[in-house]
Amino acid sequence: MKYLVSLLLGLLSGAVLFAIGLLYNPFNAERGLSPLSVGNTPLATLSYTRVPAKSIAYTNNGTSRIRTHPESIAELWEGPVRQTDVMITELHDARGQVAGIGVKFSSRSENTRLLQGKALIDSVWYVYLPDRGSLFIEQSENYWPFIRDVVAPAYRNSANSWKGTWFGDLTDGPGALGIARVTGVAGEFQGLTMEAVESLSVLAYSTDKGPVSAEGRLLIATPPGNQSLDDSEASE
Amino acid sequence: MFKTFIIGLVLGVLACAGALYAFPVVDQLREPSLVTVAANGGNVETLHVNIPTDRIVVRAPGQAQTLPAGLAWPADEKLQPIGIELYKIRNERDAVIGVVSRTAVAGAQSNDWLLHLPARGSQLITVQTSTLPGGVRRGDLRAGSREFANRIGSVAVRWFPDDSPDESAEASADTTAPGGRIELITNYVGKAD
Repeated sequence: MKYLVSLLLGLLSGAVLFAIGLLYNPFNAERGLSPLSVGNTPLATLSYTRVPAKSIAYTNNGTSRIRTHPESIAELWEGPVRQTDVMITELHDARGQVAGIGVKFSSRSENTRLLQGKALIDSVWYVYLPDRGSLFIEQSENYWPFIRDVVAPAYRNSANSWKGTWFGDLTDGPGALGIARVTGVAGEFQGLTMEAVESLSVLAYSTDKGPVSAEGRLLIATPPGNQSLDDSEASE
Repeated sequence: MFKTFIIGLVLGVLACAGALYAFPVVDQLREPSLVTVAANGGNVETLHVNIPTDRIVVRAPGQAQTLPAGLAWPADEKLQPIGIELYKIRNERDAVIGVVSRTAVAGAQSNDWLLHLPARGSQLITVQTSTLPGGVRRGDLRAGSREFANRIGSVAVRWFPDDSPDESAEASADTTAPGGRIELITNYVGKAD
C-alpha cells in the first residue's frame, strides 16, 4: 500500500514539475525586437483598447471569465464558434486621434504547441479608415509569453491580479520572421500588399475580468516607395 | 519507497509530455463542408444568415436604435457614416459555422464583408451596392486566410424576405428565419500561381 501511495505522490509531483518546467522552459527564447522596427520602411501605428468593456462591442462563448460587452450582446455558444472571440473597436493613430474602426475575429488555433511555447490564436482584422480606405490583416498570434509573464503570476498572486508593465509582440506569422500579412482592400490602399505586427501592452490584469488596463497596437509597414500609410499623413 | 517515488516522478513527467504531444490542445469543431463543383470550374458553397436569429450587432448610420441595446457608438464625427452589422453564418444544413461582419459607409458603391470560419479560414469580400436582375448583388473575394489564402472568385448575395414557403403568419412564426434570410453563394477557384 505504501508503495502505491509513494507512486501516486511521485506521479503527482512529476505532473507539477512538468507544469513548472513547461511554464519556465528556458529553451522557449524571447523573440526580441520586431523585424519591422529595424527596417527603414514607413510605418503606421493604430492603437486600440484591449479591455473588452471599453471596446464598442465584444462577444465570446459566454462562459469565459472575460465578460461580453454590452452584456446583452448575443454569445457565440454554437460548437464551431465556441472558441472564437469577436471585437469591434475604435482605432487611434500615433497621435491619439481617432483613425477608424476595426473588427477583429480571433479563434484558438489548432497549431497550438504548448511544448514549443506556442499558444496560438488565428486572427483577422478588418480595418476601415474613413476617407482613406480599408485593410485586411491576417495573422497567427502567440500568447504564450503573455500567459507566462502576466496570467500565471496573476493566478499565483493572493489578490488574483497582476500589476506591472508588460509589452510584447503577439504576431507569430504567417509571414517569415513572425509578420502578419496585410492586403489593401479599398481606397488608397487598394492593391497594396503590406506587412504588420500586433503588440500588446499591459499594466493590470485580473483573473476575474481579464485585462484591466491594456492597449493593443498594430504596426503596419508599407512596401518601399509607398508613403501612403506614413504616420505623418495618417494623423492628418 | 524512495525509488518508487522517483519512478512515479519520472513517469508523471513523461505521461504529461506524452499526453501534450499526442492530444491536440485545441480541436475546432467542424461541420462538413457542403461544396459543389461548378460546371465552368470552381467550388460553390451556399451560406446564409437567418434574420433576426443570427444578428449579433446592428449599427446603421443616422439611426439611434442599435442592437444590442446599450451599444455605445463613438461620438467622433468621421465615424458617424459607418454602419456595422455582425451575424452568425450558417451552411446549407442550417448549422452555424462562423461569423460574418458587414461594413457599409453611407454613399459608398460597395461594402465589405469579412467571413470567419474558425476551422477553415477567413474571407474578405467586397460587394457592390447596386442590384443585378433577380435582386442579386455581386461581390468579389479580395483576400483570404488559410483555406482561402490562394483563392480567387466571386460571391452572389441575395436577400430572401421570408424563409417560409407558406406566407401565413403561423408558418412564419415556426421558421428559423421569420424576418428573412441573407444568402451568400461563393464560387472560388485556386490561383494559377
